[in-house]
Amino acid sequence: MVIERRWKKWVFFYIPLTVFVVGTLFPFYWMFVTAIRPDSELYRSWRAVNNAPFWTLHPTLEHFQDLMAKTTFPVWLWNTFFIAVVSTLISLFCGLLAGYALARLKFPMAGTLGTSIFVTYLVPPTLLFIPLADIIRNFQLGNTPWALILTYPTFLVPFCTWLLMGYFKTIPKELEECARIDGATRFGAMVRIIFPIAVPGILSAGIFAFTLSWNEFIYALVFLSSPERKTVPVGVVSELIRGDIYFWGQLMAGALLGSIPVALVYSFFVEYYVTGLTGSVKG
Amino acid sequence: MAQVLMKDLNKKYDEVHAVKDVNLHIRDKEFVVLVGPSGCGKSTTLRMVAGLEEITSGEISIGERVVNDLPPKDRDIAMVFQNYALYPHMTVYDNMAFGLKMRKFPKAEIAKRVHEAAEILGIQELLKRKPRQLSGGQRQRVAVGRAIVRHPQVFLFDEPLSNLDAKLRVQMRVELKRLHDRLETTAIYVTHDQVEAMTLGDRVVVMKDGWVQQVGEPLELYSKPANRFVAGFIGSPAMNFIEAGIKDGGALWAETAGFRVKIPPDRAERLKSYAGQPVTVGIRPEDLRLATGGDSSDHTFDAVVDVVEPLGSEILLDVKAGSNTMVARVEPTVRVKVHEPIRLALNAERLHFFDKKSEAAI
Repeated sequence: MVIERRWKKWVFFYIPLTVFVVGTLFPFYWMFVTAIRPDSELYRSWRAVNNAPFWTLHPTLEHFQDLMAKTTFPVWLWNTFFIAVVSTLISLFCGLLAGYALARLKFPMAGTLGTSIFVTYLVPPTLLFIPLADIIRNFQLGNTPWALILTYPTFLVPFCTWLLMGYFKTIPKELEECARIDGATRFGAMVRIIFPIAVPGILSAGIFAFTLSWNEFIYALVFLSSPERKTVPVGVVSELIRGDIYFWGQLMAGALLGSIPVALVYSFFVEYYVTGLTGSVKG
Repeated sequence: MAQVLMKDLNKKYDEVHAVKDVNLHIRDKEFVVLVGPSGCGKSTTLRMVAGLEEITSGEISIGERVVNDLPPKDRDIAMVFQNYALYPHMTVYDNMAFGLKMRKFPKAEIAKRVHEAAEILGIQELLKRKPRQLSGGQRQRVAVGRAIVRHPQVFLFDEPLSNLDAKLRVQMRVELKRLHDRLETTAIYVTHDQVEAMTLGDRVVVMKDGWVQQVGEPLELYSKPANRFVAGFIGSPAMNFIEAGIKDGGALWAETAGFRVKIPPDRAERLKSYAGQPVTVGIRPEDLRLATGGDSSDHTFDAVVDVVEPLGSEILLDVKAGSNTMVARVEPTVRVKVHEPIRLALNAERLHFFDKKSEAAI
């Protein structure tokens, strides 16, 4: 019996888990190894003597140095950060108010409105960028950060609203009623009681929105054209692939540096993030 | 310190008419309990007084002010909720101080009042804790404390003891009563538990389907229920109801298969017009006892024991008399067995009669 259980544990737990972990982490490892590998090793035949594709004995930082010195990578990083932060703040603000209203206030068509907000989230950006491009041109916002700051909320606001609405619904409404009897206005009760309790939910919505805008590709590709305006995902791809020449070392260095902020944000808030997705604390 | 007046109060949700023409005058310093089965409109009524529900029609005044259009914060009330509704991100002290802070009381005054309330409720040691570190009973005390620090004109309680276990509930019930005697503040208390209603209320309001059925002091409701619903709702075990006909044979008799009792002359006057018609006879379990030789056959009947429930201080006998089932509350010394035929005597002075159609007391 015990033996049977042991092989079952291996087959249904350890082996799939290992495959999953390796599959998830290997691309990051590959990215890292490629970024620190000298060019002489990178562009060498696989059959060359002493070839070690999975590690390197001559780590170098030259790709990082080139990335910083020869491209406008620091500017891209700043662009991405600025755009992601501002669009996240805008979306969180709208999402908080809209989510609260949909979860708590009674008004006609509240349910329909909630559903239709969710539906707008499902419209694919690959469809939406065509009409949006027209709007951006009409407002003469093309090739400015505002082109992205104002278009990212088209998918971030529905997302934040939906997530926060769900979170607000898990907070007992008596808390707020009690605050209103205790002397707060509806708005005061929202700000002093509901928002502090909803911090985990607000943080997860914020992290998600930040990640989505940090990684966004298609709008950034379409709405921005000059190199110094670009964001990291677009800049790395468009400036480090010249024709059919791939600057693999710098590409991977750029990708690595680009994913660090997101990883930091996640690891810093991971506990809040989990409670945010599983519901509020019990009163 | 204030009276609360409700005038022709109505509440309609889209389809549901939850509260119907409620008229209540709650006097200054009075403890009034609204009681009824779930969905009877008692909580909605309370929430309208609190300002948490809009009033469809009618008028509520607290003290001398009509409060229909006042937001909850301006009504000078405090409310205790069933799920305590403590703010989870604040300490007990901050929970209790919140209302005073919102009203911009000076810090020293807030501290004084919070400590005063904490002392009354015996929760001084808990002031620095967060709600999640407290037991159910402690949370309820904090919720009560948060209400009393404000010195409001009216206390509103919405089933505050329902989440506590049975033993704690009895203990808190006594404490609430003591607290009310001490603070002398008008209080409106909602519960579905008739024992809580009877023990706490100076007056009790029984509601059903949005209508007020009867308003009165606890013992008045018990001894003179206005209708069949109140009679069955107040008292545990509930009053026995027997569908019987009124027969006029010189004296009046209430009769059905297996059950026949003579109606005492002082009750006969009002029942005369019901001769030949069906009525509902109500008998409290404690008004039934085992018959002895001295009992007149006018007020005794045969029955068979169905279930025996010995409670220690008393025994409840579920019996069958003909097709009628009823419960009798008898002395703990009585020894009877299941299926044993017995003869029961009833206290005819304390019979209740209800109109079969309107269910009103006759």
